[in-house]
Amino acid sequence: MSTGQYWLVIGGVLFVILNTAAGLIWLERRALALWQDRYGPNRAGPFGLFIVLADTIKLFFKEDWIPPFADKVVFVFAPVVVVASVLMSFTIIPFAPNVMVADLNIGLLFFLAMSSMGVYSIVLGGWASNNKYALLGAMRGASQMISYEVFMGLSLMGVVVLSGSFNLREIVEAQRSGWYILPQCVGFFIFLVAGIAETHRLPFDIPEAESELVAGFHSEYSGMKFGMFFIGEYMGITLISSMVVTLYFGGWLGPAFLPPVIWFVLKTFVFIMLFILLRASMPRPRYDQLMEYGWKILFPLSLLNLMVTAAIKLLL
Amino acid sequence: MLSLLHSMWLVFLHMFHKRETYQYPEHKAPLPARWRGRIALTRDPDGGERCVGCYLCAAACPVDCISLQATEAEDGRRYPLFFRINFSRCIFCGFCEEACPTYAIQLLPDFEMAEYNRQNLVYEKDDLLINSQGKYPGYNYYRVAGMSIQGKDKGEAEQEEPPVDIKSLLP
Repeated sequence: MSTGQYWLVIGGVLFVILNTAAGLIWLERRALALWQDRYGPNRAGPFGLFIVLADTIKLFFKEDWIPPFADKVVFVFAPVVVVASVLMSFTIIPFAPNVMVADLNIGLLFFLAMSSMGVYSIVLGGWASNNKYALLGAMRGASQMISYEVFMGLSLMGVVVLSGSFNLREIVEAQRSGWYILPQCVGFFIFLVAGIAETHRLPFDIPEAESELVAGFHSEYSGMKFGMFFIGEYMGITLISSMVVTLYFGGWLGPAFLPPVIWFVLKTFVFIMLFILLRASMPRPRYDQLMEYGWKILFPLSLLNLMVTAAIKLLL
Repeated sequence: MLSLLHSMWLVFLHMFHKRETYQYPEHKAPLPARWRGRIALTRDPDGGERCVGCYLCAAACPVDCISLQATEAEDGRRYPLFFRINFSRCIFCGFCEEACPTYAIQLLPDFEMAEYNRQNLVYEKDDLLINSQGKYPGYNYYRVAGMSIQGKDKGEAEQEEPPVDIKSLLP
């Protein structure tokens, strides 16, 4: 790729990702309303699409208040981390045969590292707020994300064993003979659950838990700093959906009557809708239930999945 | 696990259900006849005011939003000199309607009373009086009550016996 093309890809990816995150606010509200027999926002513009514009303008013009008791530097820094780490993760995703920002040979490890960085935004945000609810949310968030990260990594190793590569482009190429959802259905399930916990989306929104902890780690945030957490969450949904598609559903692979990018977007969209459906239908588990489920069921299951995959790969 | 998937499926099926929302300004929800909304003062079949200024509504009101002053006309009928309801306080509980002995004060199925200026929510008697008998057509307090007014003495009301002559010994 020439330098010009390179910048074009970076700009395009950034533009699409940020706009998707904003559009998801509208999509989620409309989809939730659809599943709850309501209409949702349908007044501003066609299908209420301009609600995105109104929300953005509102967020920009809200008072950007820093509590006097907060640790100011960390307080400002925390929302930057979540957006930056998610955006960095997007660099390794192949959207189409030659459309990816960084063709890293350790792509999967980079993704895991960046998603671990996301924990810092929650912990730092909750700590700097100097508020008991924020701190409780941050503690929950840290332990949830760290423990779910363990078998998130382990579940991905099945894919690595099958494809023999950490490079996402090569993983997609290796799926030409068949998508990894079939041999790795257990791994897919574990990765999906861990991904939901990683983006702390419902039903695993325990760090926020608005019915228990006000708004959890971002209780004290307002204006565009809150907006960064908000956008970070929606970009996280997009990221996990595109990772699921890339690792288990063949990425941009698909019948030739549609271009590869469209296939990628379509598959990702299905998983984004699954995230929203989960939010519409699932109750939030208790904190100890979440930990028990993670360590006692999903962790051994992911180890078993990895060992069985490795054994089959060795024998065949 | 299966029950979670089942509930997800059931929620997904709601996609094809009818939506419950009334698109309000375009489609108004049907209000039942006894819906407790805007308060009005009704008139009797002859077009006179039903209110006799007994203050029972003001006494029953839990938020003290009714204020009135009774006075008497030359023919002996009582009526309110002024009658004021502060709708910024009113909670539409309907106690005034229950307390009213003459069916004068009634709550109507209408809630679209929003104002930009708070002072406009204070309704005077002119605003409250409606040209209707409300929920009790044909009812006229002075025609069924034993009270004597000009042109109708005691015992002349509908279904009323003439008063007992306390100075006579005859049965």
